[in-house]
Amino acid sequence: MSAGILNVEILVTPAHNYSGKLIAVEGLDGSGKSTQIYLVKRWLELEGYRVFFTEWNSSVLVKKSTTKGKKRQLLTPTTFSLIHCTDFADRYDRQILPLLRAGYIVLCDRYIFTALARDAVRGVDREWVERLYSFAVLPDITMFFRVPLETSLQRILEGRPQLKYHEAGLDMGWSTDPYESFRIFQGKILAQYEAMIGPFDFTVIDASKEIHIQQAEVRALIAQRIDLPAFRRRPE
Amino acid sequence: MSVEKTFFGRRPPEVRDAKFPGKLIVIEGADGSGRSTQISQLTHWLEANGFAVRHMGLRRSHLVSEELEDAKQGNVLTHTTLSLFYATDFFDQLVHDLIPALRAGFIVLADRYVYTLMARDLVRGADCDWTRNLYSPAIVPDAVFYFKVGARPLIERNFQKNSTLDYWESGMDLGLSRDMFDSFVRYQRMLQTEFQRMHQEYDFQVLNGNLRIENLQRQLRTKIGAMLGIGAEEAAAISRPESAD
Repeated sequence: MSAGILNVEILVTPAHNYSGKLIAVEGLDGSGKSTQIYLVKRWLELEGYRVFFTEWNSSVLVKKSTTKGKKRQLLTPTTFSLIHCTDFADRYDRQILPLLRAGYIVLCDRYIFTALARDAVRGVDREWVERLYSFAVLPDITMFFRVPLETSLQRILEGRPQLKYHEAGLDMGWSTDPYESFRIFQGKILAQYEAMIGPFDFTVIDASKEIHIQQAEVRALIAQRIDLPAFRRRPE
Repeated sequence: MSVEKTFFGRRPPEVRDAKFPGKLIVIEGADGSGRSTQISQLTHWLEANGFAVRHMGLRRSHLVSEELEDAKQGNVLTHTTLSLFYATDFFDQLVHDLIPALRAGFIVLADRYVYTLMARDLVRGADCDWTRNLYSPAIVPDAVFYFKVGARPLIERNFQKNSTLDYWESGMDLGLSRDMFDSFVRYQRMLQTEFQRMHQEYDFQVLNGNLRIENLQRQLRTKIGAMLGIGAEEAAAISRPESAD
């Protein structure tokens, strides 16, 4: 099995023993997905629904190790993969799953697909990573914010003169120039995302449209796929 | 002579070729089964015979060992997270210490290996396939010696060493019993059952850990001597025990 082809059958979805809904957004850095999921969060909050938002790579417990590993460039593809999975498992077991069981709409800025894409690009065996993450349920809606590579590069690089070591994929030795390396890295990630659209039932959003146009599309999709009134907060 | 090492599953991307002159020898067994005493005597003997030795163990990585210690103190991680944390620690050592040592021709003596990690996860109800997959990028050792010791002698030895039972080695997180002594006995039996299941599949050599230190050492030297081409006489000759207990 080549790194680009997915073997979906082995990704066992655990028991669907929850009443909540899971919405994930995925896309390249600079695709605008974080802005979109933030606007979704505001919308659902203002409408009075039970909603919770969580970000990739944000578990307090694991953060110390991740930061240390990145700073000292200790991480290799396998440990990079494992430390992110540890971080995710911590958030998943203590936050995401309990909230789903409690009947929340859980919004995830990046989900396991981010790991699947990045780890595959770093040469980690695809099947191994998929099995690693097999404890996690698949989202009810996964939106993929598709944007041309050049647009995302421009958006990212404009605001940031310095690229971080792992962010630029410098650990892979594709190029010693951080910008060239980043370009190659993002291109490979994009190819991984494109290959996941069908197998993981991504809804593709054209992220080159204006923000409010995209948001209208996103809200319509959510309202159509999720019975929102069932998630209304009970009056205090 | 370099021999191509095998992996339980697929070779991790960090290892481009796996032809190493070194050897990986694993010692498995519960706390108090005498692993560290035997390893220190083996080290003396190997060095006396001109072999360079490196050690590896659990929770010794630069990356996460401190954080793992913190997490253990706080007992706040779920089983899945703890498994992954241990695996991160393990593979960090594999990439940064084990592989370079094997490549350089060292004899690596591992004070426990993936088997202990897997056994601990399995008695905590981890999915068997998930656990195997987790450790599948690990190198298959050249030899695995498992010291089998009954639960009662283990307790005695643990008390001799520390005068208290360790929370984790007693499996207190499993809620088997509120009585630590009772929990320790039950937990160690559960681990032994897992090791029993693994020993055929993974080709362990089971040694009687109740033997006197010198006798167990003699057995190890005979077996390891045969692997490395150290003469049987030298292997059998144990000048004197390094320690009295």
